[in-house]
Amino acid sequence: MIEFKMPSLGADMEAGTLAEWLVKPGDHVTRGDIIAVVDTQKGLIEIEVFDDGVIDRLVLEENQKVPVGTTMALIREPAGAAVKPAAIAAPPAATGPAGPSRQPAVQLGLPAAGKATPLARRLAAEAGIDLAGVLGTGPEGVINKEDVEREIRQRSGEGPKEVAAGAESIRAAVAAAMAKSNREIPHYYLETTVDLSRALAWLSQTNSERPVKERLLLVVLYIKALAKSLRQVPDLNAYWEKGLVRQQEINIGFAISLRTGGVLIPAIREADTKSLDELMGVLNELIPRARSLRLRSSELSKSTITMTNLGEGQVEKVFGVIYPPQVAILGFGGYSSRPWAENGMLGIRPAATITLAGDHRATDGTTGSRLLMAIREYLQKPEDL
Amino acid sequence: MEPTPSPQPVKITYREALKQGIREALQTDERVFLMGEDVGRYGGSFAVTKGLLQEFGEDRIMDVPLSESGFVGAGIGAALNGLRPIVEIMTVNFSLLAMDQIVNNAATLYHMSGGQLRVPLVIRVSCGIGRQLAAQHSHSWEPLFAHIAGLKVLSAGTHEDARHMLRLALQEPDPVILFEYTFLMNREEAVGTQQEVVDIVRASVRRAGTDLTLITYGAGVYKCLEAAAALATQTGIQAEVVDLRSLRPLDTATILASVRKTHRALLVEEAWGSVNVSSEVVSRIVEGAFYELDAPIGRLAGVEVPIPYPRHLEEACLPQVGDIVTMAKKMLGKYDRV
Repeated sequence: MIEFKMPSLGADMEAGTLAEWLVKPGDHVTRGDIIAVVDTQKGLIEIEVFDDGVIDRLVLEENQKVPVGTTMALIREPAGAAVKPAAIAAPPAATGPAGPSRQPAVQLGLPAAGKATPLARRLAAEAGIDLAGVLGTGPEGVINKEDVEREIRQRSGEGPKEVAAGAESIRAAVAAAMAKSNREIPHYYLETTVDLSRALAWLSQTNSERPVKERLLLVVLYIKALAKSLRQVPDLNAYWEKGLVRQQEINIGFAISLRTGGVLIPAIREADTKSLDELMGVLNELIPRARSLRLRSSELSKSTITMTNLGEGQVEKVFGVIYPPQVAILGFGGYSSRPWAENGMLGIRPAATITLAGDHRATDGTTGSRLLMAIREYLQKPEDL
Repeated sequence: MEPTPSPQPVKITYREALKQGIREALQTDERVFLMGEDVGRYGGSFAVTKGLLQEFGEDRIMDVPLSESGFVGAGIGAALNGLRPIVEIMTVNFSLLAMDQIVNNAATLYHMSGGQLRVPLVIRVSCGIGRQLAAQHSHSWEPLFAHIAGLKVLSAGTHEDARHMLRLALQEPDPVILFEYTFLMNREEAVGTQQEVVDIVRASVRRAGTDLTLITYGAGVYKCLEAAAALATQTGIQAEVVDLRSLRPLDTATILASVRKTHRALLVEEAWGSVNVSSEVVSRIVEGAFYELDAPIGRLAGVEVPIPYPRHLEEACLPQVGDIVTMAKKMLGKYDRV
């Protein structure tokens, strides 16, 4: 049996409230399916399942708040995937090389389920309840009196009727993350102004040949240029965890302001491997979902760097506050026509100022400078992006 | 003369509470007398007995030489012969010098005489840590005495008990060790004129609660009450505070009744953690209320080092209000944020 647990949707998350189950016992699920909606400080998040199988039991009730790591449901593995008992006893060499390498999560034995307090055991015994199916919410997942009493209520059909907290706490989550960042991260700031005439010309040429629905926005050039530049400067695609830890995937966190206030930063996964069209597709799908607060868990927790983009008609420069544990944030200011000196001549060019705020514990200005210079280079050759 | 009893509790210092208790004992029973180092002319090393020599005279307030073994032995002799001596040992550190008299004579004579001899002796001992007196003058040695069969061991962790426990101790036919706490001397609290708990071997529920029981005595009582108040305002956790009062015998019934109600127990005491009073209380809870426990029993005790002199290290050696609050929250699995 696989335990489906309350995921951590960010380093500062300690607990979440199950808002809704989207599956019921007996349903087949495959890796990537959305099976639940969880309410956190960041809003309602759709939770994916990471295993294939059949839902055996929903242990958590809707509107219940539990710490990260608490079992929410039990999933039966599909037939054939379970490790055969004989294979366990066999020496490691006997395991076939082609056999499934994935280890199931902690196996739930029947009597030796989660730890239970003496009182919980007594109450369960009196009520004739098998503790194997009871969800433990005590410290370290221990089953306590409350858990058994909830189980008893559940069986008698009178579940709790509390209402979930709602999604108004995004502001508080932003406040907490930004305060932590400003308190702990020594930021350094860099800026450069980039001539966008080639990029805009290429965009207008490309878009003129396309139907409206398939047109590209300048921002996808930014995203791709940043992603490719990060390949050259991997120290900025990293987390600070008592030391610089480079991240394999380049997942660009794209800041989306909500009309109700607050910011959500879903990740554009592996942006360096996606084409401009694919990136545009992702954005078109992501932004409306973010604004209706229906993002997936993995989208909110996977970013390795953040970018904020102000677009046309906005201020020229934006200096970001790093989202921990990331080590850098890029700010793309609004573009406008500016006086431009090149080859001893003065002209008027569309230009934008790009800033970088870096964590000085993790990297130095030289590193940040290399990234900004690389982005500038890429934006001069939009056709290669 | 004794002031007219007031129906309203009045705020007095712990020192004044002790003094009123001694005065009342001297006034109500002429067999009672006080002996100890500096209790007479000097007025007591913590000024508890100031003025009593002038009021009661040299026969009732007796300065003694610096010989703990000698004057505790004299007290035992006086008790055997019909008097009701109160012997003061200046601090618990010096009590070790009198240990032979206490353990081998006071605690044993009733049994060894086949019930013919009784030793109605009260030994008052100043005790406690927290006044920057370093390793030779800062101790919480209640557990050493609580181990000895034949003694009754009391701990006055509140002003109420500082005021009234002595009277109850003097009614006992057997030797009583009464611990008082020097760091509380100047603290002011309200004290009623009548002791509510009449039996000295009863623990007292100082604050009622439903979520966990803080079990403590002596120096831990006010700390636990403060922690319980903080828990209630910060988190809504309702902690019950049980003051053991009597460390020997232990009031197992009160302890178990509270644990049966709250299902969680956190022991708090300043004595070193290994083999202290809490060790015994934990055993009794496990023996008597195992199937009522909804969390592992928690313990907070003194760090096991000779008590250091610097204030910050001394404070770090003892369970503080913040430690109690943190531990209680942890035991209840409280999460502050979503």
